[in-house]
Amino acid sequence: MTVTPLGIPRRLLEFTIDGEAAGVPEGSTILDACRAAGKDVPTLCQGDTLRPKNACRVCVVEVEGSRALVPACSRKAEPGMVVKTDTERARHSRKIVLELLASSVDLSTTPLVAEWIKEYEAKPDRFGPDAARLNEEPKIDNDLYVRDYDKCILCYKCVDACGDQWQNTFAISVAGRGFDARIAVEHDAALTDSACVYCGNCIEVCPTGALSFKSEFDLRAAGNWDESTQTRTTTVCAYCGVGCNLTLHVQDNEIVKVTSPHDNPVTHGNLCIKGRFGYQHVQNRG
Amino acid sequence: MDLHFGDSKPTDEERAAVDALFGPPESSWEGAARDEMRAADLRWARGGREARDRRELLLPGLHAVNDRVGWISEGALDYLCRRLTVPPAEAYGVATFYAMFSVKPRPATVLHVCTDLACTAAGASRLCAGIEARLGPGSGVSVERDPCLGLCERAPAALAIRAGDPVRTAVSAPATVEAAVLAASAPDSAPEEPPPVTAVPQAGGPSLTLLSRVGVVDPSSLDDYRAHGGYTALRRAFALGPAGVIREVTDSGLLGRGGAAFPTGRKWQATASQPDHPHYLVCNADESEPGTFKDRVLMEGDPYALVEAMTVAAYAIGAHKGYLYLRGEYPRAVHRMQYAVDRTRERGLLGDDILGQGYAFDIEIRRGAGAYICGEETALFNSIEGHRGEPRSKPPFAVEKGLFGKPTVENNVETLVNVLPILTMGAPAYATIGTARSTGSKLFCVSGSVALPGVYELPFGATLGELLALAGAGEGLRAVLLGGAAGGFVRPDELDIPLTFEGTREAGTTLGSGAVMAFDATVPLPRLLLRIAEFFRDESCGQCVPCRVGTVRQEEALHRIVERTGADAAGDIALLREVGRAMRDASICGLGQTAWNAVESAIDRLGAYE
Repeated sequence: MTVTPLGIPRRLLEFTIDGEAAGVPEGSTILDACRAAGKDVPTLCQGDTLRPKNACRVCVVEVEGSRALVPACSRKAEPGMVVKTDTERARHSRKIVLELLASSVDLSTTPLVAEWIKEYEAKPDRFGPDAARLNEEPKIDNDLYVRDYDKCILCYKCVDACGDQWQNTFAISVAGRGFDARIAVEHDAALTDSACVYCGNCIEVCPTGALSFKSEFDLRAAGNWDESTQTRTTTVCAYCGVGCNLTLHVQDNEIVKVTSPHDNPVTHGNLCIKGRFGYQHVQNRG
Repeated sequence: MDLHFGDSKPTDEERAAVDALFGPPESSWEGAARDEMRAADLRWARGGREARDRRELLLPGLHAVNDRVGWISEGALDYLCRRLTVPPAEAYGVATFYAMFSVKPRPATVLHVCTDLACTAAGASRLCAGIEARLGPGSGVSVERDPCLGLCERAPAALAIRAGDPVRTAVSAPATVEAAVLAASAPDSAPEEPPPVTAVPQAGGPSLTLLSRVGVVDPSSLDDYRAHGGYTALRRAFALGPAGVIREVTDSGLLGRGGAAFPTGRKWQATASQPDHPHYLVCNADESEPGTFKDRVLMEGDPYALVEAMTVAAYAIGAHKGYLYLRGEYPRAVHRMQYAVDRTRERGLLGDDILGQGYAFDIEIRRGAGAYICGEETALFNSIEGHRGEPRSKPPFAVEKGLFGKPTVENNVETLVNVLPILTMGAPAYATIGTARSTGSKLFCVSGSVALPGVYELPFGATLGELLALAGAGEGLRAVLLGGAAGGFVRPDELDIPLTFEGTREAGTTLGSGAVMAFDATVPLPRLLLRIAEFFRDESCGQCVPCRVGTVRQEEALHRIVERTGADAAGDIALLREVGRAMRDASICGLGQTAWNAVESAIDRLGAYE
């Protein structure tokens, strides 16, 4: 849920979702309205702290009078709009999008996708064994991050988080075009030769695990990653006076990664390199 | 903004190419050598808003390096980024978006051989093989198989570009192995292209309006243009005032000729009335639809007409700056338009005080760099602004937030050129041409299996058969593709389809850009469909999933059934339909939404795999 700062009162817009009257504050998206009305619309690329890119198209809904389907995550609700969230047409598009994605990338660490594939009866295998896939090896070129583009759905969230929406480092871009488009740093270089400042905010927003902490990646590779036994403790970063919130993910009495709550009105889940990665001193038991 | 530049340095040549465009750097912060550092540099850096405003110079900067060196090295890209305060990752993303740029070393000469529909039908694959055999390895020429070069009336076509100062280009069309190799190995001595009038079989005829000056005026002479009626429309526009011009255009019933057929007057009115300023005019001359070359012929044959039409449009909507976004594969059109803009400016027909009316307007030409998607309105804006040419999601629409986020009118070349006869003959007279709902005349690009390929001008309402008869379609017609790769096929027994927006719609097809490609029985239809699928897979920007992956899955399915029919193909055809439906419904822009049209129509109307 996006944190909405208090401002001048906003008018309520009246429109219809699936035949029921709904009222949402001016400026809300169709997705906000759907969620407020208790409708389940799947989303992949939508980010709670970023402007929606509406690239994945899994949240499409039908809007009366619109020729094509409409992405719920980014289209603003308008008065009198007639929205249908679960028609055969919308479900068909969602099914195909899930099939297209699952046939080309590894969605094994993407939350909720397995459920949607079942719900929409998507069959990613039907494009045949020769369907083009990414098939790229994970890029491991530093001790903090792993970039596993085989899992990347090109949602642009890391680009937006690194760019003008949060970090203003602009180390990440999309290079190439079409199916060959890839998330890349300048000149396709190693991360260590790029403008990256290792804030980890791209990992924070990555919805599929394509970007991950080296600590998490190594534990997963060794078969030792076990979220069910992890505890999460939110605390305050002690490095400087800003007071960012840190959530320590602890497994077997070891901090395995650090995230930050997105509903913190100061940082919205963003941290710097120290807050995100500078935790080893806590568990330096040497 | 953190700006991090690596250690790579530009070569002297790369530095010179960039400095030739932007002037020498003012400060070492901008990339001047350290020994040029002045005391003031220690306390001063270009930055902030002023620097961000220079982002739009990225595409011209990339062209400057690519034109001079033939490819864009790390050092050159970093230097360009320093000059413009653009993060290298973003510039890298932009450079790798366009087909005409390379970020890997390649020979200085690139020979682009068109392998699209008309050229394939005219034997492009034999041509490619012949050229490669003749050149052999180590020839210093990189041969690239490319999408439509817009020379369909002279298929097959090849375009040689040799990097240097200045960059040299040579066109070979219709190309033979010898002629194409000559163009690549000695572009300066390659024979001159035939004049644009050779693409107008009706030239000199009394029925022409839009094409009436092609072949009649000297395209380099402003005086000649004025002697043939040039600038009477602009004078009338000044007499009517902006609101009067918009009223005339609205009353004329002019619909946009780019494919969407939106009422031009309504678009102008919506932009003119926006309180936000400045307003911009953008002319879309990124004619990349396979089979379409009318805008090239207009720009090469009657360039001042477009300058005048842009001036009228800008005046009507209150714009003082116009961009002419011209596709990079049209070197002669770029040259002629630049010459026309420069002469017009010298003579006070562009600039601060046009015709002494106190109205200021100027045109900047931007060269595209090989991306079909940049013909999409919002992708074109992104391209001009120095971003990747990815479409924006709409709303907001361009009339409200277009180029640089300001109210913008975008029209294509043919639409704008129609404004001249509307003003000279008056809206009521113009509206009597054509049909009630499709007024005026339309340019059609006829290519493929016809005796006289070229650009034809007919009043709306003529039938497809009449057009093909003019172009000399022979016996054995198998199929006609209307509207290019994004259009649809019709059968030879459907030639009575009226060529109007409403007539084609009623017949379940589209007029699109006005491309009409005729194919006889010698053209293998499944191969053609595969080529269309390959085109869209290649040209998808990659932003949204239905288009990025859908175009790949469709091409794979067409590969599987290329030699199959009936039950053997049924499973894959069902798959094609399912994917095609989602692409049409859920893609961000028109490219993904229409990518399946032609193949679908071939299956449904031609029985392609029965």
